[in-house]
Amino acid sequence: MKILVAVKRVIDYNVQIRVKEDGSGIVTDNVKMSTNPPDDNAIEEAVKIKEAGKATEVVAISVGEEKAQETVRKALAVGADRGILVKAEGTVEPLAVSKILQKIVEKEKPDLVFMGKQAIDDDCNQTGQMLAALLNWPQATFASKIEIKEKSLEVIREIDEGLETIEVNMPAIVTCDLRLNEPRYASLPNIMKAKKKPIEQINASDLGVDTKPRIDQIKVEEPPKRKAGIKVASVEELVQKLKNEAKVI
Amino acid sequence: MSVLLIAEHNNKEVKPFTLNAISAASQINEDVHVLVLGSNSDSVAKSISECSNVKKVIHINNELYENYLAENYTSAIIKLSGDYSHIICSANTFGKNLMPRIAALLDVSQISDITKVISEDTFIRPIYAGNAFATVKSNDKIKCVTIRPTSFDSAPSSGGSAEIQNGEPGDATELSKFIKKEEIKSDRPELGTARVVVSGGRGMQSGENFKLITAVADKLNAAIGASRAAVDAGYITNDHQVGQTGKVVVPDLYIAVGISGAIQHLAGMKESKVIVAINKDGEAPIFSIADYGLEADLFDALPKFLEELNKLNTIQK
Repeated sequence: MKILVAVKRVIDYNVQIRVKEDGSGIVTDNVKMSTNPPDDNAIEEAVKIKEAGKATEVVAISVGEEKAQETVRKALAVGADRGILVKAEGTVEPLAVSKILQKIVEKEKPDLVFMGKQAIDDDCNQTGQMLAALLNWPQATFASKIEIKEKSLEVIREIDEGLETIEVNMPAIVTCDLRLNEPRYASLPNIMKAKKKPIEQINASDLGVDTKPRIDQIKVEEPPKRKAGIKVASVEELVQKLKNEAKVI
Repeated sequence: MSVLLIAEHNNKEVKPFTLNAISAASQINEDVHVLVLGSNSDSVAKSISECSNVKKVIHINNELYENYLAENYTSAIIKLSGDYSHIICSANTFGKNLMPRIAALLDVSQISDITKVISEDTFIRPIYAGNAFATVKSNDKIKCVTIRPTSFDSAPSSGGSAEIQNGEPGDATELSKFIKKEEIKSDRPELGTARVVVSGGRGMQSGENFKLITAVADKLNAAIGASRAAVDAGYITNDHQVGQTGKVVVPDLYIAVGISGAIQHLAGMKESKVIVAINKDGEAPIFSIADYGLEADLFDALPKFLEELNKLNTIQK
């Protein structure tokens, strides 16, 4: 069984992002970048399945600029066998990413495709479901537990009301939630080993996918600044303010 | 053209976020049609037809829809999509799971999680967990939009009498199967919709100490939240996590206890109406966004806070 895992390079979750002064987007120059956090869970799960002897190969793929190679390399350092980078400049909307992944899936023929439930930059939460639709595969989103059966997966999904269990036939798309597992750190020897693992580079245009954005981003603004309030001297004062001034209790 | 809104329900009752979505939909176009895909779901179709903002209900009543599977829903929705300019649903786990599947088959670039309608093709949506807001314009012929329920008021659930039209089911999927749903039963309000949230951070020092938070939350009928640091330290399970990688909450009152205010936590709660911070470090970043800050040791302050609450004659529920 082969598992394809899609990973995205995003601004590190610990960085306070800044909006560009001209409102055209977010400052990304000289900002620390990392793997999108739930994509780490996706890689971890694929590697664990391989370690349990249920998968033979884990392939990591990223779509984006040249530097996204670092993100693929990081996946190789925690256990993926080889990588693919599909190069595309500028904003690539989830619809275009899913069309690119569709082409790669048709070529690589994986049994499973894993990715994070959502990217923490554009917060779209679309790519996995879109890819499932384009391939006419089943989807298991927000996965917090995956059990591999003979020709299917049993997946526990995190939904607003609690947990839902579904069974999906393979091949299938799974989008991973943070509770799925605890992603490992790459050890130094494995980082060194990852440097020797192959990463195939492909241009999005060679796949025949138009990556031009469909949505016009008119402007990006900072949220209204919240003013700092006051410091209260005691618990009594706090309760009195909440009751009589803010009127919230 | 009209707006098609996909209702979320449990075959008996309409889920409340559907009403928020109806209100967003009617800001886009007044001709709001609501699709109810269900099984023995007449009561759902009827109650939606009574919403004054709804012009028509399309009810597809078939055992196929006894449980919600995006694969089954999508086929039925695609068949209806030609008559509509917009397809809308709420951006909770229901809508997030469903809408991209529809959008991809219609070759539409979806707009997720809008917080404001500017015009019928232009919307505002948060990015980077609400650390920035993007104004975006869709150029697709059909617009697939999910709406953030907490950013729109509930539409009135009465005063209307829309026509209920029966529709034909879509194709049945053989790709996936519903097995079971375990709803978390709690007397406590849900974190995402609670009026008051009391959250603990690394300063709580242990899971055991969260009982101090629980006691205050009980008194205020509040949901219990936590910072990622508290979750990572194993004090509490991560369904309580508030922040960029957890839940985004917008309560009337948010009480942050022993939380320093890391960026990723602030992203999940800074839209709260009133923020209280209790922290012994007077320099903690949480104070820069708190309406009321109390610089104190939480182990003294929380029991005292409870004591003061107990002295009040009435507490809002």
